[in-house]
Amino acid sequence: MLARLAWLVALGGLAVFGPSAIAQRSVKIGFVSTLSGGGAALGIDIRDGFNLALRHLNNQIGGLPVEVIVADDQQNPDVARQAVERFLRRDRVDFITGIVFSNILLAVGDTIFESKVFYISPNAGPSEYAGEQCNPFFINAAWQNDNLHEAMGHYVQTRRFENVFLLAPNYPAGRDALTGFKRFYKGSIAAEVYFRLNQLDFAVEIAQIRAARPKAVYLFAPGAMGINFIKQYADSGLRLQIPLFLPGFSADQDTIRAVGSALVGVFNSSHWALELANPINQRFVDDFQKVYGRIPTLYAAQGYDTALLLDNAVRAVGGDLTKKEELRRAMLAGFNSTRGFVRFSPNGFPIQNYYLRQVTQLPNGEIRNRLVGTIFTNHRDAYVQKCPLK
Amino acid sequence: MTALLVFEQILNSLQYGLMLFLLAAGLTLVLGIMDMINLAHGSLYMLGAYIAASVYMATGDFVLAVAGAALGMGVVGLLLEFAVVRHLYHRDHLTQVLATFALILIFNELVRIFWGPQPLLMSVPPALSGPIELLPGLYYPTYRLLIIGVGLVLAVGLFWLVNRTRMGMWVRAGASNREMARAMGVDIRILFRILFALGAALAGIAGAFLGPIFAVQVGMGENVLTTLIVAIVIGGIGSIKGAFVGALMVGFVDTAGRAFLPLLFYHLASPDVASNLGPTLASVLIYVLMAVVLFFRPQGLFPVRT
Amino acid sequence: MIRLLPWLFIAFLGVFPLLAPGGGEDFYVSVLTKVMIYSIAATSLNLILGYGGMVSFGHAAYFGSASYALAILMREGIVSPWLLWTVPLILSVILSFFVGAIVLRTKGLYFIMITFAFAQMMYYVAISFKQYGGEDGLKAGRAHLPFLYLDDMAFYYVTLAALILSLGVLRKLLRSRFGLVLQASKENELRTIVLGYNVYSIRLIAFVISGALAGLAGMLMAQHTQFVTPYHLSWHFSGHLIMMVILGGAGRFWGGVLGATVLSGIEELFQNLTIHWQLFVGVFMLAVAFFGQGGLIRFVGGRK
Repeated sequence: MLARLAWLVALGGLAVFGPSAIAQRSVKIGFVSTLSGGGAALGIDIRDGFNLALRHLNNQIGGLPVEVIVADDQQNPDVARQAVERFLRRDRVDFITGIVFSNILLAVGDTIFESKVFYISPNAGPSEYAGEQCNPFFINAAWQNDNLHEAMGHYVQTRRFENVFLLAPNYPAGRDALTGFKRFYKGSIAAEVYFRLNQLDFAVEIAQIRAARPKAVYLFAPGAMGINFIKQYADSGLRLQIPLFLPGFSADQDTIRAVGSALVGVFNSSHWALELANPINQRFVDDFQKVYGRIPTLYAAQGYDTALLLDNAVRAVGGDLTKKEELRRAMLAGFNSTRGFVRFSPNGFPIQNYYLRQVTQLPNGEIRNRLVGTIFTNHRDAYVQKCPLK
Repeated sequence: MTALLVFEQILNSLQYGLMLFLLAAGLTLVLGIMDMINLAHGSLYMLGAYIAASVYMATGDFVLAVAGAALGMGVVGLLLEFAVVRHLYHRDHLTQVLATFALILIFNELVRIFWGPQPLLMSVPPALSGPIELLPGLYYPTYRLLIIGVGLVLAVGLFWLVNRTRMGMWVRAGASNREMARAMGVDIRILFRILFALGAALAGIAGAFLGPIFAVQVGMGENVLTTLIVAIVIGGIGSIKGAFVGALMVGFVDTAGRAFLPLLFYHLASPDVASNLGPTLASVLIYVLMAVVLFFRPQGLFPVRT
Repeated sequence: MIRLLPWLFIAFLGVFPLLAPGGGEDFYVSVLTKVMIYSIAATSLNLILGYGGMVSFGHAAYFGSASYALAILMREGIVSPWLLWTVPLILSVILSFFVGAIVLRTKGLYFIMITFAFAQMMYYVAISFKQYGGEDGLKAGRAHLPFLYLDDMAFYYVTLAALILSLGVLRKLLRSRFGLVLQASKENELRTIVLGYNVYSIRLIAFVISGALAGLAGMLMAQHTQFVTPYHLSWHFSGHLIMMVILGGAGRFWGGVLGATVLSGIEELFQNLTIHWQLFVGVFMLAVAFFGQGGLIRFVGGRK
């Protein structure tokens, strides 16, 4: 009789205190990104930025020890799906992050959300997740795909360039890019060309540009695509005749390293800059160069910020990751990042400034981006109205 | 759409077709004479590009880079033939498919280990960057013009080799009837070895020249392999002339398709449809071409064996 | 005893989900489902490659097109399980008939390269339709039967049933006159023709049956992962299937099953060991090509 009572008490105690007694001992993060192939530079930068932040946080997120499992998606949706499947079913991660390309994200997003696991995007921000299909388990720490292009469209419009030739790869982010550009650029469009994703020879497109004789060219081409286009554009002689405008993606250090002086003078838009004067950014830029021996790109800053976002949120819920709603609230409320304090809209996308940068050559020969001005202040994405989430 | 645009695109297709020919020539000889399917030919091209990029980065001398790729791949070809390929001649096609497919995986990974997972970026040599004015108003990148020149020179060289030299005679004999050639005293083993090495060297040269245009990255061989096979099937297995014609046809159809089909759709339909249908229809076009050719000539345009 | 091993494996497959407790184990149920699907596909290829001597480098086409058919039907709002389970199969049959009719007129290297090229063509056609996902693939789902809701466990058993069915079809075929003539045509085509058999027709029929089974596998795959990707239409996948057949034992009854299982296991093993696992898979494949006459089945026994 007494034994039975003891058992009941024990069971009752376990039921009441159990869940929190067996509280989260560590935070498990699944990091899947493009670490090989033409887009590898982006994934590697995001990963390095993320790891640097973890180092600054003493390998803890919100005070809990963190375990990161890294996988390479090889820019292949199928491979990404398998990695995510492993994260969710075998490793039982608490968060997933890392994906560079929007098409890859769209292939795995729903699976992650259905498992009620948060996906924090350090890069890809497809419009599909910003509007009607927004999801409480999706938070984007970087930007919505259209944003940097909207900023450039606005700038080109104010500079009164007519007859712009547009190019982007034929995939969701490419379409988002030109949609965003056209949202703010109201002039005439010479042509809107979507080339194949990962295409590397642009002789055909450059010939078309030459024949169309536009006043300016706007290009979105991340990674190796952009590098190749810019080199070939310079080789064709058009570079000096028809100015090229770029979003920050195609004009950051990875591209500069590969292309060199062909980029000098080009204006580009970005949500972040090396010179942004806040202590987090200064520490990030300095340490990144010390640890990795290269100047960070905006991708690295995004990776860094993702870790900070997670740290802030997990701290806010006291390490109890079962409190999903509170976690979400904590993330949306905002955090201190390399761009200053950043808040989020209910659809999970950030509200922030967008800056104008110009690729400049310093007297010592080094080529880097220089912050020139501000294009948008506290800019929201264009799809938030359609999102039913609060 | 102007005449200048058309002319420029014709030059583009010539450039693409000629590079394809360098790759196709090596492969078709191996297929035709040794009756061996070598899926790893694309990997030889990739390795050539990597060697060229490395030499160029180290020395800054483009000529040295190309020479390094050619020689290096020639040596690799010899070694590969000796170590692996020669054991495959007498095996059935299935084994050849499997073995050379395995070689693709091995080469890809070895390159990744040795050079890292990120693409190597090789720039066009400064002397050749920038355009040349061919006709009033028609500018064309100098470098691509060089490729066309080199491609034509090598094509002529190969024709001369195959049609005017003794070795070429052996090659043609071996292609049309291997046993008979052997019976007539041709040392097939040495011939095969030289041929394989030559094919590898040509692939290396193509890789070296295309390196600055494309990124030098793992997997670049596979992308080109499918186009290569179509070109060879169209041209006829075993025939250099066939490889030449096949490669140029494929180059032309592919470039024209990418250049003009989207424009056509742009005029006929909305930009959305044009951007979706146009480019991808262009990639299917070369297969349509292949099907059409095969319908009239099941063995390709210039088959060596009847 | 050794001869019973394949049957033991089937039995193991039968009870595994019941034994495995909850927790991370559902991951392995999922893995085994995939292995079974690949086994069906490899067995279908074994029929024409191992028994028929046709080196088809384009087998992925029938697998992938059935997958895509299912996904597209679902995308267009079709929910009837009758349609969802039959239309993709019918498509595979039609496709393999038309392609087979053309390519079986060629031989040797041409056959290999033309099947390769046809498969690539279908790959490019599939990825050209942006509304159906293009290169990124397309979502699919489970085609729940009226009497059975296909959760992971149920689907596992449906797949197992399909595997047993496929093996049954193969067995029936091989023992029939048709099967004997097919194998004869592989050994000596000329003699078979001279004996009065229409080798072309027999090969075509085998090609179509093989395509149908591959379509069955493809349809199951689409439902299993609830997603279709162009990879399953690519020549890479065709090459993978060929490897499975050779590894297991071309022309041996259990060759497809053994090859699919071992290859999946090896890849999983290597993937966990090193990031450069593809190198080891490649070396392994090379070794199999050179030394693996008859395939691993030699070590396991079993009948032809």
